[in-house]
Amino acid sequence: MFPGEFEYHAPETIEEALDLLSRHGSDAKLLAGGHSLIPMMKLRLASSQHLVDLKNLKSSLSYIREENGDLAIGALTTHTEVEVSESLQQKAAPLAEAAGLIGDVQVRNMGTLGGSLAHADPAADQPAPALALEAQLVAQGPGGRRTIPADQFFFGFFATALQQDELLVEVRVAGLGANSGGAYLKVPHPASGYAVCGVAAVVETDGGGNCVKCRVGVTGISDGAYRATGVESALEGSAISADAIAAASAHATDGVEPLDDYFAGADYRRALAATYVKRALTTASERAGG
Amino acid sequence: MAQVSIEVRVNGSTYRKEVEPRLLLVHLLRDVLGLTGTHVGCDTSSCGACTVLLGGLAVKSCTLLAVQADGAEITTVEGLATNGDLHAVQEGFWEEHGLQCGFCTPGFLMATVQLLERNPDPGDAEIRHALEGNLCRCTGYQHIVNAVQNAAGKLREAAS
Repeated sequence: MFPGEFEYHAPETIEEALDLLSRHGSDAKLLAGGHSLIPMMKLRLASSQHLVDLKNLKSSLSYIREENGDLAIGALTTHTEVEVSESLQQKAAPLAEAAGLIGDVQVRNMGTLGGSLAHADPAADQPAPALALEAQLVAQGPGGRRTIPADQFFFGFFATALQQDELLVEVRVAGLGANSGGAYLKVPHPASGYAVCGVAAVVETDGGGNCVKCRVGVTGISDGAYRATGVESALEGSAISADAIAAASAHATDGVEPLDDYFAGADYRRALAATYVKRALTTASERAGG
Repeated sequence: MAQVSIEVRVNGSTYRKEVEPRLLLVHLLRDVLGLTGTHVGCDTSSCGACTVLLGGLAVKSCTLLAVQADGAEITTVEGLATNGDLHAVQEGFWEEHGLQCGFCTPGFLMATVQLLERNPDPGDAEIRHALEGNLCRCTGYQHIVNAVQNAAGKLREAAS
């Protein structure tokens, strides 16, 4: 299978890439690791007259930096780099764990964090930890940079808040501190490896066994990743216990219309979401301690 | 559409080619450079038969454009043996019968080379996890795991 024809661009700077986006509008597509886009182009589900390859921006957009306990991750950082990063494993475990569960080794060597978020596949892994960690997504456009909170970034099926002339350049998360813990758990589709259900949970306690803050991101279940706010408000302010977690998990799909396909029906997806929210909250609480 | 000029270093030799931007890396290797050891299996980035090393990283060459590899160092299965001596990973697959029909084997060999670079003494579960991106439709996985262990032992011995 071959992609359709296109004109190839490999800009040397972010500004050049933005200029190409401005000039070609909807006729241009950005290529990062290409492990979502190229398969779609081969199947002719995606096409573009202008393909803008970001490989020359690796030197400026591939990094994991720690600043005052916060983490800044360049958009072109690969899943492998996220997976093995000790600072992410320690301070943003859901991101590192999700990265390690994406596709397979070869896919993780090419695929990028920014590419995965900007593509917004409803079964992609990284949107869930981005939501649970309240990531700030930094987009650069012709007018400069702006920051988009993760819960205002995903708009369902392959849709994000990014404008046509913007490039996602960085992902920022506040590192998890003392009394905080996070986890990502997933049910992969046995053939594709995509998430049938993926749940990222972050729990912060008061050190005395009470939940002061809880964030839950869910992917694979509906047409886009979402924050399970019903779960969060049910657990926040409560003493953490198996019963409290189970009761909160019952809200995993409140207000959500689950996908319904031949592999996983809507009822099954609802059950998976509740079960995996429960498990992710349990692990996150254990890691939070107290 | 305009052709693009690329330069790649494959198994130690440098090639300069004019290619269509939509040419996939696996077709550059097979059809342009004549290196047919790299196989096209599923063509949908699932099976790993097309795995090569790009800058030392195992990648699926059916899911890369040749232009993405411009300037890169590539190793294919043809580049594993040196002066007619098989690579330890190839010997391991031979001795442990880590193949039946052999179609998936080049991809398994390349993925194994990276696996053993990252983890010289892997457990069986780690081997299976690291080779998740490669499918063997003869389903000879146990022999493949044995072959990787055999190769890991040879490489560790050579290093000590």
